Amino acid sequence: MSEATEKKPAKVVLKELQDKIADDAWEAKKRGEKVGWCASNFPQEITTAMGIPVVYPENMGAAVGAKGGGQRMCEYAEGMGYSGDLCSYSRINFAYADLKKCEELEIPFPDFLLCCNNICNCMIKWYENLALELDIPLILIDIPHLDQYECDEDRIKYIRAQFDDAIRQLEEITGKKMDYDKLKSVMEVSQRSSQAWLRAVGYMSAKPSPFSGFDIFNNMAVACVGRGTVEAAEAFEQLADEYEALVAEGKSTFKGDENYRILFEGIACWANLRFTYKTLQSRGINLTASVYGPAFSFLYSNLDELMAAYSYVPNSNCFERELELRVVDAKKNKVDGAIFHMNRSCKHWSGNLYEMERQFREQTGVPTIVFDGDQSDPRAFSEAQYETRVEALVEIMEENKRKEAQA
Amino acid sequence: MKYIDELKNISENPRAAFEGAIASGKKVVGVMPYFCPEELVYAAGMLPFGLWGAAIQANDSKRYFPAFICSILHTTLEMGIKGQLDDLSAIMIPICCDSLKGMGANWEYGVGNKVPVINVAYAQNRKIEAGVGFTASQFRKIRKQLEEIAGNEITDDALAKAVTVYNENRDAILCFSKAAATHPKEISAQTRSAVLKAGYFMDRAKHTEMLREITEELSALPASDEGYLKIVTTGILADMLGFLELIDKNNMVIADDQIAQESVGARTQTPVTEDPILGMAQRLSDIEGCSVLYDLGKFRGKQLVSLAQEAGAAGILFVLTKFCDPEEYDYVPVKRMTDAAGIPMLQVEIDQQMKNFAQAESALQAFAEMLRER
Repeated sequence: MSEATEKKPAKVVLKELQDKIADDAWEAKKRGEKVGWCASNFPQEITTAMGIPVVYPENMGAAVGAKGGGQRMCEYAEGMGYSGDLCSYSRINFAYADLKKCEELEIPFPDFLLCCNNICNCMIKWYENLALELDIPLILIDIPHLDQYECDEDRIKYIRAQFDDAIRQLEEITGKKMDYDKLKSVMEVSQRSSQAWLRAVGYMSAKPSPFSGFDIFNNMAVACVGRGTVEAAEAFEQLADEYEALVAEGKSTFKGDENYRILFEGIACWANLRFTYKTLQSRGINLTASVYGPAFSFLYSNLDELMAAYSYVPNSNCFERELELRVVDAKKNKVDGAIFHMNRSCKHWSGNLYEMERQFREQTGVPTIVFDGDQSDPRAFSEAQYETRVEALVEIMEENKRKEAQA
Repeated sequence: MKYIDELKNISENPRAAFEGAIASGKKVVGVMPYFCPEELVYAAGMLPFGLWGAAIQANDSKRYFPAFICSILHTTLEMGIKGQLDDLSAIMIPICCDSLKGMGANWEYGVGNKVPVINVAYAQNRKIEAGVGFTASQFRKIRKQLEEIAGNEITDDALAKAVTVYNENRDAILCFSKAAATHPKEISAQTRSAVLKAGYFMDRAKHTEMLREITEELSALPASDEGYLKIVTTGILADMLGFLELIDKNNMVIADDQIAQESVGARTQTPVTEDPILGMAQRLSDIEGCSVLYDLGKFRGKQLVSLAQEAGAAGILFVLTKFCDPEEYDYVPVKRMTDAAGIPMLQVEIDQQMKNFAQAESALQAFAEMLRER
């Protein structure tokens, strides 16, 4: 058997890596080590370098939604008094924190909490409540929303002070010391992972794209939480190599012909993932642009730049920068249309979505649709609405292609 | 009672106050909730004008915000799009909740650049030195923006005077609120709200003068709260007439409040510092009892229990602004804390676009009956 056939595909390696990160946390908990619950965009460099196991309630919220438990858990949280208007990830997490069990997925209970609000301020309120409920320490790194294009010195100074303070607090809580040489090497590995991730998603610009764009939603979990490890860097490099090979052969893992290419804006509807994917795939629509591509890369060359990089995550930027991310990505990846998810869970992401959709349409010249949904609560999603709007999008994209062919 | 009608008029018709200020040649800067550095506007010789939404129907704003954003933002944007705020020299928008983060761009594209946006960022990690430093850095940036708009420098002296004016106003608000708590016959819930709200649309020094006068008059009168049910309110705002009527109708008196638009900001004075900006930033670190500010340990709940106990309140009304995430998160732990303290709390969901308060009426009536039977 050749080496090539023996090697596991990168997506399997990534899935195993994701499982390993979760298993390691369970094992650490059993050994009596302190384990944290961590916000998805908290600087992972700190915990990775200190060897502190953390798990991610947001990832749990997505997984529970995808496995069909979203509505049940959300309803339980609503029974506790939480409004159905709140983020469904947080509702699932509140239910889990109270029930201490979840048939779809469980994560070890935390000894401390790591919060970062660069994606939204609702993280702060969510973790405030957890800290009170579980009576454990909470460390917050506040990354103020950017009201200008660049992250300036005032912000960097503020974030850096909190970064240093978080290390100090974690040292006290866990008894583990920060090794600054290790931090440097984790930062280097994170760059390697980020570059490889960027190279992998960059192949979406090929026609056909070498993969189904919905795979991004699966692979980004490791990009988000494990990118400071050598294993992740290697897995992303392997992923990029595999895509490169597919592009060279003109092949794709997307099932069927890639008739149309779209940008998908927003978090996936995990509870309706199959339907949302199949509705597109059955019409030959492939997702070839998503903000998770360019924006989950965290590029920096020193600690100050690291602080700034965490200000540039999706949703933390000013509107103009957010728009530019989408427009550049859509043009580079040659999309024929775009689908905007009005996510009932996320007031931050939804607050400018109508204007984003208008300006995106004007700047790219491609047709767009908006549909209502939710990241993990299926009650906010309507199959009929989604399908009707996708059909309308297909009609316009088809007409555009016909006109293009005539021209 | 002296000044009451005048303040009611201002509160019910802020447009007249706005137009009056413009006609007098004064520049006006819109100030959205929460905790913008109004003193800078005042020190620049301009009028800070509170923008807490309005009891109007939002239509055009729905081209920008989805329906599930609070009415404060919807109706403020609606007024902007309709050109009703064109005479503002600028609008200050803090970015302290997820919905407010979208307001700046929606204003910019919905209203246009005739009313420039001044974004107000401040630290959520506000108890640490770096947090105070960051807030101060942002206030300094805003100071420069306001100087350009005003066309004059904001001197430290002028700023120190503005800080004093605002501190005195905060004290006057608390004194008035205390006096009103024992005089519901003279100061109904509707009147109390109007008197406090008027301050957002007028010179704070004048507001202080009027509040002091009213408080003095009330203090000279015997208490009139016998038979009234003492309650404490908590939330973002509680100025909807339909809602206030229900409080009056059920013979309730607001013994104290933890409402962002009313006493929350008033409880915290700006420390007098050599550099007034530092004192203003420090105040942000000291404010308690508001859901949009980082609150480790949920001091809000503890403060609410204390307020209710000190006021001898029979119950608490959690006045929930519809679609307000921070409030919806706070409700659960705050309710647990008030339950643990044995103080009944009722949640009433309100919206500035509401015309029918039938549901709130039934709930409030039942709550009042329950409290009276205890």
